[in-house]
Amino acid sequence: MTHTLSVLLENKPGALARVSNMFARRGFNIESLAVGPTERPDVSRITLRVECDQHSLEQIEKQMHKLVNVLRVSELEPGETVERELALIKVAVSPERRPELLAVADTFKAHVADLGPEAMIFELVGPPDVLDSFEELVRPYGVKELVRTGRIALPRAAARRAPRRQHVLR
Amino acid sequence: MAKMLGSDAILRSLEAEGVDVMFGIPGGAILPTYDSIARGTSVRHVLARHEQGAGHMAEGYARASGRVGVAMATSGPGATNLVTPIADAWMDSTPLVCITGQVRTNLIGTDAFQEVDATGITLPIVKHSWLVQDVEELPHVMKAAFHVARTGRCGPVLVDVAKDVQEAAIDFGYPDEVDLPGWKPPHKVNARQLGEAARAIAAAEKPVLYVGGGVVNAEAFEELRELAEAGGLPVVTTLMAKGAFPESHPLHAGLPGMHGSKWANWAMNKCDLLIAVGARFDDRVTGKLTAFAPGAQVIHLDVDAAEIGKLRHADIPVVGPLKLALAGLANEVGRLREGGSEGPRAWRTQIDEWRDAFPYRYERDGDSLKPQTVLETLRDLAAGRDDVVWTTGVGQHQMWAMQYVVCDRPRSFITSGGLGTMGYGVPAAIGAKAARPDATVICVDGDGCFQMTCQELATAALEGLPIVTVVVNNGWLGMVRQWQEMFYAERFAQTHLTHQVPDYAMLAEAYGCAGFTVDSEDRLEETLDEALTCGRAAVVDARCDPEEKCFPMIPAGAAAIDILEYPEGETVEA
Repeated sequence: MTHTLSVLLENKPGALARVSNMFARRGFNIESLAVGPTERPDVSRITLRVECDQHSLEQIEKQMHKLVNVLRVSELEPGETVERELALIKVAVSPERRPELLAVADTFKAHVADLGPEAMIFELVGPPDVLDSFEELVRPYGVKELVRTGRIALPRAAARRAPRRQHVLR
Repeated sequence: MAKMLGSDAILRSLEAEGVDVMFGIPGGAILPTYDSIARGTSVRHVLARHEQGAGHMAEGYARASGRVGVAMATSGPGATNLVTPIADAWMDSTPLVCITGQVRTNLIGTDAFQEVDATGITLPIVKHSWLVQDVEELPHVMKAAFHVARTGRCGPVLVDVAKDVQEAAIDFGYPDEVDLPGWKPPHKVNARQLGEAARAIAAAEKPVLYVGGGVVNAEAFEELRELAEAGGLPVVTTLMAKGAFPESHPLHAGLPGMHGSKWANWAMNKCDLLIAVGARFDDRVTGKLTAFAPGAQVIHLDVDAAEIGKLRHADIPVVGPLKLALAGLANEVGRLREGGSEGPRAWRTQIDEWRDAFPYRYERDGDSLKPQTVLETLRDLAAGRDDVVWTTGVGQHQMWAMQYVVCDRPRSFITSGGLGTMGYGVPAAIGAKAARPDATVICVDGDGCFQMTCQELATAALEGLPIVTVVVNNGWLGMVRQWQEMFYAERFAQTHLTHQVPDYAMLAEAYGCAGFTVDSEDRLEETLDEALTCGRAAVVDARCDPEEKCFPMIPAGAAAIDILEYPEGETVEA
């Protein structure tokens, strides 16, 4: 099963390396990882996705807690979380087929980030599954290059309960 | 606050932490700090001959004293030579602060002379590390380094200090508090879990305490004893916990694992309740994990939450400082046992029967000197001494020492467990002697191990640290040879070292130590006694039977219950 973890860590040199090294050394695989600033300048947030069983998830959370730079680890429950991702997709498209493609983009509220004689770049922000659908629809036109940020996430504004924290056990 | 250099600040920090001895070797990037040593400090510096030696000395010091060990080295090769001791301390949870010089800040990242990414190289084997590029950070980093090394689960940290930071001026004051918002080791124990554990212990018919090195780091010896006695619980101590519970105590139930006793392994495998205390279900203890204590409910006490459920599911997890946890548990079990219950008496009788049925055995052939005889003789000689610290290398001799030496006191058996670092014994003994100068420090070493760090004999001789090293010299990389004989059809690839080269007694003399050689039983006791009483650092080359194998043995990957015993001769009854 895939889990989304939200990790608050001190914004210090090498802090991210310590987290990623723990994954590498203990044989856990990171599916996606996004790191960026938070409301506090001295704190960064990592949102990471891991595909693993419950036992490995527990190990990951506990081992991360032991890292001196890690302030908090919580698992984000799918139904209780706002998840977003940004994609840039460069599509090879002749001028004749552009209107058709733009109509697709419009449905998804994807913006045209750049335009060239033989290609255009779409920019789409949304829940990861929406990005997946859009990617699938534009693929037949000829995707030249594509990049996604990896998802970022926060518990819902009206979350019924605090995200599950694993300070001590289980 | 006082004006000084960064290098002075390092030493003032060590002094503020109460460090009395450190171990190291100078070099280019750490020169300013050594200059500060020359200008005066209350910290004794022991000059090693190799940084690996310095690191293991700091480990030996830490394990013998219960204080944080400190090792110092220069950048580049100095730092890389510390990698093995750091990894060793990581695996065995030994509190260690390593201080390394780094190239100047303006050269970092340029592949400068003797530059190595020390914090990068050691990333997977430290609790935390700091690369100090601003002298203002130095006092806080030093404070944090000692705090992290010794709190929670103990372990190594690295402080890498750029040379210009050591030379920079600072208005120094040692901070009273650490500023580590992310470091929150557990400081209390969940009372509900403790209650649950106590009830399980009181109800168990065949309980076993499985005690690991965590108890030593927690200094929870009294509490462990109280719990064992309150519950009438048999106590199995691992290699890392040898001596944490008196081995001559009637409740002591031996040492488990690959070369542990058959009866200790049986006790663990047939128990109905396994109470793991500061132990981590290492493969050398469990054998085949799925066949380990198959019928047991597990209570797991540890200060490190990540150990719980890592390898074996814990039915009742108890996270927290072991001193508190064991004291609480002893109390609770004592209360539940009120009314004169003797605890699991039939079970204890059963274990005692196994103990009598399956003692450690070997056969003297009257011809060659048996390594087990060396250990038995040493044990008997040491029995008359007040305070004895044993250290070992890694291999057959280590396992024989584990089997035959009797330790009734904690911190009296210091060995490399998790990493299995050959060459650990001699420098660890030197560190232990520096920590406890009045103790008799005996290093039981193998000939392979000894040759990895024997240059430190110079340190022992010149620093006035008279350790006694007994080289159980079988002329082979004995444990590897044993595996080759048993599992590789006797193809002895690259394991023959010979008895003669080097001549260990002459080597000892060359290093300013007393050297002895013995190859027969009749002169054994006399020679060992001479070495123990000569008052100098001494080496005994005990030339032993090269073919002797270490038993019992659980073959790697086999179930612990299927432990192999010493092959029976025609006339010997089990």
